Amino acid sequence: MIRVAVVGLGKMGLSHLAILRTHPEIDVVAVCDTSGIMLNGLNRYTGLKIFSDYSKLVEKEPLDAVLIATPSRVHGPMVKQALDKNLHVFCEKPFCLDVAQGRDLVELAKHKGVINQVGYHYRFLGTFIEARRLLTSNVIGKLHHIRAEAYGPVVLRSKGMTWRSSKSEGGGCLFDYACHAVDLINFLYTIPTRVEGTILNPVFSADVDDEVYSTFFFPDGVTGQLATNWSDESFRKMSMQITIWGTNGRMRIDRQEIQLYLRDAAEPSLGLGRGWNTRYTTKLTEPVWFYLRGEEYSSQIDHFVQCIKNRSIPSISSFESALETDFVISKMIQDAGRSRSSDDAIATAPPQNLRPPRRFVRSIKSMFGHPQSN
Amino acid sequence: MDRILFGDNQFFGINHMSEEKAHQQAARFQDVGAIVDVLDIAYEEGIRTFMCTTQDRMIDICEHFRQHKDRYEGFKFFPCMPYAHKYANAVTEYGFLGALQRFLPSNSSKLAAMWKGGMSVAKRDVVGIAQLLIDSEMHMFKGLETPVIFLQNVATDFLLGLGFRDAFRIFADHVAKKYGAEPGFITMNLPRLLNVLEGLGFDNPIISFNLNKIGFRMCGGIDQYEKIIATRKFRPIAMSVLASGALRARDAIEYVAQQKNVRSLVFGASSKANIKETKLLIDELYAGRLTI
Repeated sequence: MIRVAVVGLGKMGLSHLAILRTHPEIDVVAVCDTSGIMLNGLNRYTGLKIFSDYSKLVEKEPLDAVLIATPSRVHGPMVKQALDKNLHVFCEKPFCLDVAQGRDLVELAKHKGVINQVGYHYRFLGTFIEARRLLTSNVIGKLHHIRAEAYGPVVLRSKGMTWRSSKSEGGGCLFDYACHAVDLINFLYTIPTRVEGTILNPVFSADVDDEVYSTFFFPDGVTGQLATNWSDESFRKMSMQITIWGTNGRMRIDRQEIQLYLRDAAEPSLGLGRGWNTRYTTKLTEPVWFYLRGEEYSSQIDHFVQCIKNRSIPSISSFESALETDFVISKMIQDAGRSRSSDDAIATAPPQNLRPPRRFVRSIKSMFGHPQSN
Repeated sequence: MDRILFGDNQFFGINHMSEEKAHQQAARFQDVGAIVDVLDIAYEEGIRTFMCTTQDRMIDICEHFRQHKDRYEGFKFFPCMPYAHKYANAVTEYGFLGALQRFLPSNSSKLAAMWKGGMSVAKRDVVGIAQLLIDSEMHMFKGLETPVIFLQNVATDFLLGLGFRDAFRIFADHVAKKYGAEPGFITMNLPRLLNVLEGLGFDNPIISFNLNKIGFRMCGGIDQYEKIIATRKFRPIAMSVLASGALRARDAIEYVAQQKNVRSLVFGASSKANIKETKLLIDELYAGRLTI
């Protein structure tokens, strides 16, 4: 049995905890949080051992792994402490707000030889896995544009009371929605070498962005666009879609289906004809031992377990790939700062028919420092 | 319990196969009138039970049924609570306690005392809070028949995973005592849930779960499900029979009808033709069989 502690009992931490406790090869030995209410409740009704001090947990409790689901700001130091104790680490996304610190952690994890994973659960959805396979088979020809969109109803009014509405804690649409979209672009294709025209705009929030837009440039003239907005009430829950254009057609992917338009049929073994093809999640989803909110949440936990048991399995969502996502995010923040500065210059004499410039994005330096470039 | 329970996913933009279709349906059913029209068709076809999520839009639908009680003789609601996204979004926005505060009645003396005293929710009164949350979800059904009240799968399976077993008993006791209703549980993890409910001493529990011939969202595997249905004592209700449209109606219902102990099934549809056709198909394939 793999002895695991869950750290951080917010929405994601509790959801992970419920899944972990049902896994036949995991023994959840303790939970850790700063909320006495949550800890006492869990202890009383589930018998779980509780810790309010993370250092004490990793020092005193015999563990094989930790699952960290705390606010993003504290991921870095907590992951470091766990790695120092040679623990396998599953960390919620985004991995680390500070790219330099993230890079050190990737190295440390490698050095220690422990399994490391970040909770980019879209990588475990049947449709996106299948899309990646089809792209590898080159079905849409030479790729030339990729568009990632995510919309949902998280912030719909100006009052926010949790860490997700605080920039310094790692809140905002950028870290909640956009990083999933960036990570999926990386999963399906690669990371951009340059980002431009990044917009980080508040809609209702006082301290964070509610909508994020950016243009990506990849090698060989391939381009991409990202549009995410977590203040869109027309969606019932977060909706992610990726559309990819190639010389032989177009592929559109969301959690439920892949719609594929092909100019020429793919090789016969793939079973994709000329024109429209649709593949549904009902046929693409692998069964899981326990279901809560979506198969992908269970699949990613099982992947973590299998990687611990068999070190030769390549990680689907390692610290390393998550660091690449963090790196793109940091470039977007820098770019948004730059875009605003030039915007400001134009604004000194605004033409009558143009709107005044949008709100200045607050300084990101205090939060990020100056990430080194790759 | 009726053979056919009319489901509500189609009304509220939920489609497990296509987001596009879900959006189209959400747009079509944004007026309560459009939903009522479909429920009227279902009623004309002889369907008498509406299994529905306790989301805010149900408030107006309930109001319609209260005002026109004479038109809907024998019509029953099976509320399924909670509507999870309402809570999940609120927890993201307001935090755990902030969300709780929003959903409990502001004049609740229990809550007021708790906040005033600044005492731990867990220590103080988990049972009391659970009861208040159930009451706040049930408020919209006042004056309507609700003989079975369900715990939604996201809640059932979350509690099941956590190992918070007492919660099932707390829920069951309250819906029985206050609403004279039988408790029901929706799950994606039937084998595990049934073991737990049996362990808690539930006798012949009502459990609603996915049952379709491709084994979609049937955790534990289709073979185990078939065996459990054939051998264990509980009242099974089949959901997602069509696997969100992945199966042809006749094949799908034939498969469910072969599982002899399944006497009720949930289906949702939006058109008169679909409702009629599915109802006829079920009547045909279940001819001469008993309900529970």
